[in-house]
Amino acid sequence: MSLLEVEDLRVGFRTETGIVEAVRGLSFRLGRERLAIVGESGSGKSMTGRAILRLVPRPGFVTARRLAFDGIDLSTLSERRMRALRGRRMAMVMQDPKYSLNPVMRIGAQLTEGLRLRDRLGRAEARRRAIAMLEAVQIRDPERVLHAYPHELSGGMGQRVMIAMMLIPDPDLLIADEPTSALDATVQAEVLGILDRLVRERGLGLVFISHDLQLVSRFCDRVLVMYRGRVMEELAAADLHAARHPYTRGLLNCLPRIGGPRGALPTLDRDAAWAG
Amino acid sequence: MAFLEIDALSVTYRAERRLVHAVRDVSFAVERGAAYGLVGESGSGKSTILRAICGLAPTSAGAIRIDGKPLPPRRGRGFTRTVQMVFQDPYGSLHPRRSVDATLAEALAIHGLGDTDARVLAALRDVGLDPAFRFRYPHQLSGGQRQRVSIARALMLRPAILLLDEPTSALDASVQAEVLNLLQRLRAEHGLTYLMVSHNLAVIDHMCDRFLVMRDGAAVEELARADLAAGAARDPYTRALFEANAHETV
Repeated sequence: MSLLEVEDLRVGFRTETGIVEAVRGLSFRLGRERLAIVGESGSGKSMTGRAILRLVPRPGFVTARRLAFDGIDLSTLSERRMRALRGRRMAMVMQDPKYSLNPVMRIGAQLTEGLRLRDRLGRAEARRRAIAMLEAVQIRDPERVLHAYPHELSGGMGQRVMIAMMLIPDPDLLIADEPTSALDATVQAEVLGILDRLVRERGLGLVFISHDLQLVSRFCDRVLVMYRGRVMEELAAADLHAARHPYTRGLLNCLPRIGGPRGALPTLDRDAAWAG
Repeated sequence: MAFLEIDALSVTYRAERRLVHAVRDVSFAVERGAAYGLVGESGSGKSTILRAICGLAPTSAGAIRIDGKPLPPRRGRGFTRTVQMVFQDPYGSLHPRRSVDATLAEALAIHGLGDTDARVLAALRDVGLDPAFRFRYPHQLSGGQRQRVSIARALMLRPAILLLDEPTSALDASVQAEVLNLLQRLRAEHGLTYLMVSHNLAVIDHMCDRFLVMRDGAAVEELARADLAAGAARDPYTRALFEANAHETV
């Protein structure tokens, strides 16, 4: 059985001018592997991640023929049982630590909040677990970080803290929405290395949402390329260079390359048929 | 003689009880009509140099010269006619309650230039926007369209130098290609000199003839485009940056 089964997932928004569909009939299965969902802004990739965790805000609504996590049907689950899954078994890492951490709470308090409330751990034990997890994401001075406020950390440190926070309850599924796009290239490589090691060691299922085709081709096993709410192409990450869909090819070709030709970059001609 | 010269520039901010050296003794020179890049990670001081050129950052030492003349402490109208800047975030850098027309016409009004209609329409055409965009507001435009408006605004006074601060890093890859192509075309057509800041080495390599690698406010090394492709980067930091970017090519 797959860890996550998604069939004909649709996310729509009711607006004054009718229903706008952000995701239009997405289907995939995820095992204990690294799946990338790639697309440009407005492709519906982030909404897919949110829909799986049932975090699509009103006036948005989600429908699916099947949306199941570890055999549990998420579409009919009560909000109370959903809350028991969220965080504990399915977690999400957001893009920007500047906006996703509580700015007026020390890192230590944020990291141990779940352990204290959900797992009813004592202060010392929660603290011990938080330090162990900060060490697992290669933070060198966890004691200092526990006492720091988010604004006292760099982007890379903040992102590690968020990953640590999501991994403390030892979830089975991690959805990472652009977890490294706010980071510099060299820091990005470190954070990806950490995620990669954690996924391998803990046997997580990972959904990695990104706009960066090259990045996911190095880091993931499979890639779904989305455009305007639909999947254009699904490939093994290693076969990205052999992508056949003109949209995927267009995305690859429009990037400048070090030492590449100097003339105009190829631009993407969007075929109206892709949006279908 | 170099057109734009940065000579032993230092920028120091005074924070509570300590000094922050944002730029430390950086020098470089840009020829007229050339495209020069500043590349580095966040906090390396590359954007601060652009701000210092515009008089928006406290220069603690060194000089900035355009065409051999040091810039006056207060940058006047002569400066804005020569140097214009395009910012990173097309969402934050356009006034949300001003139409494209008002945004583009403002500089003309300040400088007492007439012929507003024709100049606004010409600027829109120049950046590849349909005249129908003239009376739209920023929220009615996509990110790429907004960045085109920002570029049009920078060109209204026909400057000689454009300072480009990460002009495409907030854009999707396909839109980035369109904006980079636009910038290349405008440079050729108007004989512009570019000073471009980016964290993306591939973008700098594509756009610039020479560039300076920066780290922690200091210059690491200056390279010509050919040096980079030939693997002639000497400094380990430049090589690390090169590695991190070179992986991005499939």
